[in-house]
Amino acid sequence: MLRLGLVSHLFRRTARTQGKRMAMTVAAIAWGTLAIVLLLSFGEGLKRNFSRGSRGMGEGIVVVWPGSTSKSFAGFPQGRSLRFRPEDLDLVRASVAELESASAEMIRWGNNVSRGRRTLSKTIKGVEPTYGDLRNQIPQAGGRFLNEIDEREKRRVAFLGNRTKDELFGSADAVGETVLVNQVPFTVIGVMTRKIQMGNYSGMDQDHVLIPLSTFRTLYGRRYVSDLVVRARTPELTPVLKWRLYEVLGARYRFDPEDRRTLQIWDTVETQRVTRNMALGIEIFLGLIGALTLLIGGIGVANIMYAVVRHRTREIGVQMALGARRSYVLGPLVVESLAITALGGAIGIGAGVALVSALAWAQTQTSSEALELLGAPTFSFGVAVTVVVLLGAIGFLAGYFPSRRAVAIQPAAALRYE
Amino acid sequence: MALFNGRNGKRHAEPDAPVIAMRGVRKVYDTGAVQVEALKGIDLTVGAGDFVAIVGPSGSGKSTLLNLIGCLDTPSGGSYRLLGEEVEGLGPDRLAEIRNRRVGFVFQSFNLLPQITAWENVELPLLFKGVPRRERQERVEQLFAQVGLSDRMRHRPTELSGGQMQRVAIARALACDPTLVLADEPTGNLDSASGKDVLHLFEELGEQGRTMLVITHDMAVAARTRRVVRIADGEIVEDRAVAA
Repeated sequence: MLRLGLVSHLFRRTARTQGKRMAMTVAAIAWGTLAIVLLLSFGEGLKRNFSRGSRGMGEGIVVVWPGSTSKSFAGFPQGRSLRFRPEDLDLVRASVAELESASAEMIRWGNNVSRGRRTLSKTIKGVEPTYGDLRNQIPQAGGRFLNEIDEREKRRVAFLGNRTKDELFGSADAVGETVLVNQVPFTVIGVMTRKIQMGNYSGMDQDHVLIPLSTFRTLYGRRYVSDLVVRARTPELTPVLKWRLYEVLGARYRFDPEDRRTLQIWDTVETQRVTRNMALGIEIFLGLIGALTLLIGGIGVANIMYAVVRHRTREIGVQMALGARRSYVLGPLVVESLAITALGGAIGIGAGVALVSALAWAQTQTSSEALELLGAPTFSFGVAVTVVVLLGAIGFLAGYFPSRRAVAIQPAAALRYE
Repeated sequence: MALFNGRNGKRHAEPDAPVIAMRGVRKVYDTGAVQVEALKGIDLTVGAGDFVAIVGPSGSGKSTLLNLIGCLDTPSGGSYRLLGEEVEGLGPDRLAEIRNRRVGFVFQSFNLLPQITAWENVELPLLFKGVPRRERQERVEQLFAQVGLSDRMRHRPTELSGGQMQRVAIARALACDPTLVLADEPTGNLDSASGKDVLHLFEELGEQGRTMLVITHDMAVAARTRRVVRIADGEIVEDRAVAA
């Protein structure tokens, strides 16, 4: 790499600091870099939070509500309301290979839930043991979710949403304690781990009280489910799963599988895709603002390089008269531009990372919901690569174009330049 | 013809060709509105070891001619062969190589790079040529000894007198052992004592058999050469040998 050695040698000999002007340019690049680092880091944090939040309700799940027929079929009129029983899920489990997991869900609003003298109005849900995994309701340490034995023996046990627990118990331990649900005593077996939930269909999970489906049916005499929660083996199989549900349930309840009104379906896979794209859009927008800010710094570098080239035109002429190839003149100037950009970039990245870390630390110290939803700004590998590539491109272009002009003229003209 | 057999990368040069062979060389400056014909058909042949003075009033095209000879500029018409190689159509990097290895320049205003030392100035052409470090070191020291400035090598140009600067510039011009040395008013910015020193150096070079072209106003300088070429209005009006 003799050429590179020569270029760096020449750079060390010909580069001179331009004092204040150079300091200002470095500051402009540092400012632009700081802007893009912060914006991209916030974008990244937001994106991660969105994706975590959209998964909060459950990953890859589909929620199915019974609807009503809009076509007459097999002798039945249109406009017939459908109602599903928990047993329908056994049929689905047996005949739909794409199904990974499913739970029926029964919902009852406005129940009295009390402990001691404190009484709350809460939503009670009867669910199957698979529900916890489907709906991303993870028990805190020391507790557990509803299980098969609870279901089989119709136990009077309850899994509390974390806010319900806080309202009833405060900071005290709830597991093993008794709460009254509509005057019936239940034992608390677990409390949900706090989570970010960005979508819901019956209120936030943190406010609910979950009990076994069998217990729910016995106590409240319900025969029909509110909805079914299902998940395909892989997210790609979700459309097939939905189609099979129409077929299987359609065969059972005699409706046309082509009749889309018979099932109301919330496909969270689809929703998550939209959310992901939205977050990506926001990230791109923020990145663009940052890039434009950085570009202004780049114009500063190009400006100073134009001045440098003008200032040194005669010297460039002398070098060419002594036999410098164009690259020997161009190289050191581009290196100079890259050096200014790199210096500014390093300062900007340093300040950006420091600020991001400070903010992340501040978030752990306060419990502001706005701060929480903003997500922890994250200086990721992707952000670093974006910034470095942008800085490199700006440094190169800002050095290359002004310098190219200098070597394009005849040495004799450069030597005459005053 | 020892001068042609050095390590100067003269792969394209023909040993028996004249150093400079110009036929009908023209140079037109296009300033947009007007076209100025600075040189109107120059025929000039300079053989190896010749020491030529180019004289003429200012604006006559002396410097333009010197720039063309030194490949600092390209002719608008005619043929120019340097050491037998046609210059027309050569790329900028090949021209840079020719300037580096075959031509040494001495300017009226010295044109030393101010931010580096005298030593580093002289080293530049060797760097461009790609000479290894140790060899560069020896060569630069030898050059400073030749121009009698061994005690001033580490100074910056601003710390040197005019005569010293010009001697550094001459050392730099000789760095790659060029066949041809071109000087544009080398004594124009010097007092008479320094001018004499520089002139003496040129005489020595002439005696060593190096081909030299010197632009000058000074008839005392011209008198020391072997041949005087007079230019007026872009044409050669006189070309005579100087009586020894």
